[in-house]
Amino acid sequence: MIWLTRHGWLVAACLFALAFPMLATAVGQDFYISVASRVLIWGLLATSLNLLVGTGGMVSMGHAAFFGFGAYVVGIIALDAPQWSAAPVVLPLAIAATGILAFVVGAICLRTRGVYFIMITLAFAQMLFYIFVSLKGYGGDDGLPLAKRSPLGTLKMADDTVFYYVVLTLLALCLVFLARLRDSRFGRVLRGIKDNEIRMESLGYATLRFKLTAFVIAGAMAGLAGALMANQNGFVSPNMLYWDLSGTALVMVILGGLGSLWGGLAGAVVFMVLEEVLTGFTSHWQIILGLILLGVVFFAPKGIAGLFARKSR
Amino acid sequence: MTAALLETRALCKRFGGLVATDAVSLEVVRGECHALIGPNGAGKTTLIGQLSGSLRPDSGSVLFAGRNVTQLKAHQRAMLGFARSYQITSILNDFTVAENVGMALQAVSGSSFRFWRPVANETGLRDEATAILRQVGLEPLAERQARGLSHGEHRQLEIALALATKPQLMLLDEPMAGMGPEESENMVQLIAGLKGRYTVLLVEHDMDAVFRLADRISVLVAGRVITTGLPEEIRTNAAVKSAYLGEETTN
Amino acid sequence: MTWILFLEQCLNGLQFGLMLFLLVAGLTLIFGIMDLINLAHGSLYMVGAYLVATFTQATGSFLLAVPLGIAATAVVGMVIEAVVLRGLYKRDHLSQVLATFALILIANESTRAIWGLQALTLNVPLALSGSVELLPGLHYSAFRLAIIAVGLAVAAMLYILVVRTRIGMLVRAGASNRQMAMAMGTNIKWLFTAVFGVGAALCALAGAMLSPLLVVQVGMGESILILAFVTVVIGGIGSMRGAFIGALLVGIVDTFGRAFIPPLLRTVLPPAFADAAGPSLAAISIYLLMVIVLFWKPQGLFPAGS
Repeated sequence: MIWLTRHGWLVAACLFALAFPMLATAVGQDFYISVASRVLIWGLLATSLNLLVGTGGMVSMGHAAFFGFGAYVVGIIALDAPQWSAAPVVLPLAIAATGILAFVVGAICLRTRGVYFIMITLAFAQMLFYIFVSLKGYGGDDGLPLAKRSPLGTLKMADDTVFYYVVLTLLALCLVFLARLRDSRFGRVLRGIKDNEIRMESLGYATLRFKLTAFVIAGAMAGLAGALMANQNGFVSPNMLYWDLSGTALVMVILGGLGSLWGGLAGAVVFMVLEEVLTGFTSHWQIILGLILLGVVFFAPKGIAGLFARKSR
Repeated sequence: MTAALLETRALCKRFGGLVATDAVSLEVVRGECHALIGPNGAGKTTLIGQLSGSLRPDSGSVLFAGRNVTQLKAHQRAMLGFARSYQITSILNDFTVAENVGMALQAVSGSSFRFWRPVANETGLRDEATAILRQVGLEPLAERQARGLSHGEHRQLEIALALATKPQLMLLDEPMAGMGPEESENMVQLIAGLKGRYTVLLVEHDMDAVFRLADRISVLVAGRVITTGLPEEIRTNAAVKSAYLGEETTN
Repeated sequence: MTWILFLEQCLNGLQFGLMLFLLVAGLTLIFGIMDLINLAHGSLYMVGAYLVATFTQATGSFLLAVPLGIAATAVVGMVIEAVVLRGLYKRDHLSQVLATFALILIANESTRAIWGLQALTLNVPLALSGSVELLPGLHYSAFRLAIIAVGLAVAAMLYILVVRTRIGMLVRAGASNRQMAMAMGTNIKWLFTAVFGVGAALCALAGAMLSPLLVVQVGMGESILILAFVTVVIGGIGSMRGAFIGALLVGIVDTFGRAFIPPLLRTVLPPAFADAAGPSLAAISIYLLMVIVLFWKPQGLFPAGS
């Protein structure tokens, strides 16, 4: 019983997420099911970034690279090798390919620290953006349409509700993995590196290897998110690689709670809700968003998770 | 025939125009407690940095058990058996005292590339951590956040971390820095207890402690080792006395 | 490829590099002295361009609009520094990234709100709209020559300021060792504000000079910001020398890349490949340069304090 009250919010949120499509249909707002899928996918992206930034202390401004790359893998395979388009094939492929990309990028970027690292991750993501924009064979500037969602067995993936549950399942699996990771040997070392990298080195930890591993895991997870987004939208846009998407993901992380397991998802929800509400007020809603973000940075840097932490005292 | 565990040959390091380490050749015999003393600004911490691997010397070499380790990074030297404590406390502030020691133990007990099992379940690590904390006198504070410790407790934790990696060589950089008389006495007892089991290179300003603990003493002035010898020889050495004029601290 | 074309591209690269230097000079100093990563630096460039374009339309004189625009942007910059950035100096990099990202959002949307969605066009001032014959057969735009002249003049002034004056010494000391600069007892706050004001003015100057050549629209700040970041990485943080050489390098490599890589590829590769790979390679040539420099020198070519 105590478990239930302590984790009351968590339980309620999980039940809500499970029941959402039914609730939406019940009030005649089916449209919101695909919105919810999009929120979950953004949550996955933000969660992967949170592993990098919140747990590992590596501020990357290039995470969009992996998101977009995962999406393009799906799009390109659908075009050039449609026999591999089935979800159980193309999704692991997207994850693996993005993981390899993250390994290469990380191996170069992680030789730097601090301000250099931020700028280099940004530059790499932009490099990828320019490469894909110039690939006329894959849509270039206009992007690449996806004829249909990656088939999964006999499931009707075109049905928004079915797709929502697929996304929810994958997100849940990733969260379980990350929860275990956090408390594992690896997770503790990663948090230790964020705390005091020099001391960790002198204790005998090859810190670069750990950071690179985290970078790859985060990148691969972002690739999965990208692959899912391509499926959700039926479209791959080069804007998925553009750096303001990296910025938006970072904003979600800070809104939701840096370093906490749920921070990414919470932040995605808050961000989308904010966007919905603010666009209702004015077309210049980004000014208000900017002001809110400044407020969070200066007055509530721990985000939503910080509010919860205070409450539990 | 001395069995030198640690040896340096003509180690040199400059920072721009400043010569921090000037052709330092010294030897630390296996099992001894070798103290390194010198006035402020002599370059002691810089030398420790080059020994532990966090600083690259400009020239010269560092040998460990006869093997040239100059090109090895800090974490590689740690795996060979180096441990270092820091003059300015450098611990994991966001972890508990027990977790700090656990982290150090984990480094030398198997792979850390394990992603699934909770590390808190590893009773082996926890018991070992408790034992080490008992040894340095921090056991009652095991669950305290490292950030919230007093200065003296921080210094004790530094030693605990150095012990936890089960080193052969301990590089202790001013372990007694900023400690009061009672705490210093405890620290002296602690280090005295390490003698024989570990090889210790001890940098210290506290002369009482140095003369009680050291088997041999090297004196570093302006980056150069001006003399090495037994405590009695150093105590009566005129050059050492003049280098220390006005610098000697006794507790 | 003719010599004329080659020289023309050299001049283009020089022109672009010098304007990039104006942006990077301020950026690298702010990085070096205040250890502040400022994503909104490009926004100052955009604001400068918009203000100069507006003042030119209002007064009818480009020559008058430029100093007005620069002064106004410098003021905006110093206000931002005092109100927002000052609270960030002691904060971690993530907070700085987020806060300055917020500034970009506010700046871009405010610009849209004030000037609308249409891009502004500015004509090259009449006096400079012709071309000059530098060498027999080499005609070059007078305006671009003016940009080069202005760029070199400002670079020279900055050199004198930073290397030959007491203020400059403080700035250089601060860039290579902030603790030392603070210990020297300088009034750090006014130094920071002044450095930021100068940085903003330089951005505005670059924006002003480039506005007749480029499209003045929201988002122009971000595209040049990335180039500025790449330049800082290549040149080394906190170093004016690195900024200058880095900027020239980036300007020339980018210009040459775009001009010569596609045709070069066409001579060695079958046209299908060349047409696919050419533009990509051209676009990423400076990023490749950055990767090469990083491998060789992770701190950049001339980091401060070296």
